[in-house]
Amino acid sequence: MSTTAPARATAPPSRPRRALRIGRVSTTYRVRDVLVPIAVLLVLVLAAAASLGRGDYPIGVPDVLGTLVGLGDETQRLIVLELRAPRIAVAVLVGVALGLSGALIQTFARNPLASPDILGVTGGAAIGAVSVIVLGGTGTTAAGVLGGIGVPAAALLGGMVVAFLVFGLAWRQGVDGYRLVLIGIALSAMAHAIVNYLLTRSAIWDAAAANVWITGSLNGRGWDQALPLALALLVLLPAALALSRVLGVLQYGDETARALGVRVPLAQGVVVVVAVCLAAFAVSAAGPIQFVALVVPQIAVRLTAGSRPPLITSALLGALLLVSSDLVARTVLPESFPVGVITAIVGAPYLLWLLVRGRRRSTL
Amino acid sequence: MTVTDSRTHSPAGLGQPPAVRLAAEGVRLAYGDNVVVDDLDLQLLDGSFTAIIGPNGCGKSTLLKALGRLLRPTSGTVLLDGRAITATPTREVAKVLGLLPQTPLAPEGLTVADLVARGRHPHQSWLRQWSSDDEAVVTEALSWTDMAELADSPVDALSGGQRQRAWISMALAQGTDLLLLDEPTTYLDLAHQVDVLELVSRLHGEKGRTVVVVLHDLNLAARYAERLVAMKDGVLVASGTPQEVLTEQLLADVFELEARVVPDPVTGTPMVVPIRRLR
Repeated sequence: MSTTAPARATAPPSRPRRALRIGRVSTTYRVRDVLVPIAVLLVLVLAAAASLGRGDYPIGVPDVLGTLVGLGDETQRLIVLELRAPRIAVAVLVGVALGLSGALIQTFARNPLASPDILGVTGGAAIGAVSVIVLGGTGTTAAGVLGGIGVPAAALLGGMVVAFLVFGLAWRQGVDGYRLVLIGIALSAMAHAIVNYLLTRSAIWDAAAANVWITGSLNGRGWDQALPLALALLVLLPAALALSRVLGVLQYGDETARALGVRVPLAQGVVVVVAVCLAAFAVSAAGPIQFVALVVPQIAVRLTAGSRPPLITSALLGALLLVSSDLVARTVLPESFPVGVITAIVGAPYLLWLLVRGRRRSTL
Repeated sequence: MTVTDSRTHSPAGLGQPPAVRLAAEGVRLAYGDNVVVDDLDLQLLDGSFTAIIGPNGCGKSTLLKALGRLLRPTSGTVLLDGRAITATPTREVAKVLGLLPQTPLAPEGLTVADLVARGRHPHQSWLRQWSSDDEAVVTEALSWTDMAELADSPVDALSGGQRQRAWISMALAQGTDLLLLDEPTTYLDLAHQVDVLELVSRLHGEKGRTVVVVLHDLNLAARYAERLVAMKDGVLVASGTPQEVLTEQLLADVFELEARVVPDPVTGTPMVVPIRRLR
């Protein structure tokens, strides 16, 4: 009996893996997994350069690139490196963190709807930040303490507390992705209710400030926000990449993963901690910029035609989405327009286009 | 029972009777308060091919999960080569014992080659992710299961029978000498059921694997397995050769089925001809 009849020709076969061996070190790669991130990186550099050139004193892309590698005159260096670079640096770092976080959570939960927003990071961070904005510095001791913490720290703390609460409630000798998403949705709804309550209690100017924070914005962001995020990424980025191998097995389901020798609950725990920290630091730097962590891994997996969101491509694509959204926000709209609105407007149609023309069955 | 294969993985060494590879001792299995299997003893010998049979909900799959370390017994122990399996590191178990769940999940877009390569996971490390050994074993597993031509096809584009072959190929690449399969023929037509069981049977015969398989089809179980284990309501009712186990009395007791048992005209193994359900 023959079972070697060709598979139903619904799809062209993916490109095969190639082996790479140096001494005892060995790995596999697909050409596409190397070329796609390089291409995204090139576009990112161009977008960042264009963004660095935009403003009251426009500078052309070649001059910006020259300035970045040490050329350029005094004025160009001042404008590019000292005035505009910090904001773009925050955009890149936040994009990297959100893209990575989304890729980790979606792979682990085996659910393309999973994102830090669903896990409660956003809702928790919003409680923290809005509490400080609304209640901070209005006289009472508690408010004084809140004001002293500052918005970024409060957002970081709030995001982590709610996310780990979600994870703790979903835990039953390991975590089922579906259960995690449902509990996350419930707790996020509660968090947003608390935020809305705080907003109704606030003065109108506080509410306006809080609303800008909730949308996510790069306005007024600089080295003060970039530095903590960069330090966090220094630890979290290698951690995420080290998890890549285990993630590849976790996506087969708990039983197969265990049968293949993975300590599933431990692996899940580490993945969630890294993903939540990434998202919490990103949100604390720029507010909950919607949609990046959700849409970027899905775009990345389609670009690389792989079986799961690729980590490095997701990180670079996150940065690209944020930098280009910021560029759009500053070019065609008034200066104060929050970037969080643009990420959804730019990202959603692209994902829809990929879904409509792609061979991949949509599970979104 | 004779073990034709000359592999010497039994710790007892050569010339000895086959060693007990996997054993359940007074095992009690429960999901929460719901006890599914109680006080069950079972020994699986090196090089044997055992089929676990029983009506729906009798605890066969649960028992298989416990034997494969996916489920921790609430009391009693499962011994792998004489050592408590729950006290053995997951990775060590994965080098000796492979398990295919009933409906394993293949991520969308994954190719057959990638799936089979994943079987090498317990043998790899972060630095050594794809040694020439891994490559040789995977290539061999693909060709041995007739999947080489489909290596670059996405798993989700395969037919049911091909998909099951791909998973068995992965289990082969894992290189474990114990293999547990949970209803590998579910959802397959008869021709593909026979095809998959022929493949499993060759794994046992040619590769010397010790195989435990949960099966619904009694005639196929009797034909391919050397030993049958019959369960009812979480209790082990009978175990032995197909001739010993598959009797008209047992069918009445375990399956509440009135049936004739006649010799299979092809292999001479017991064949069940159902008459009616007993109530």
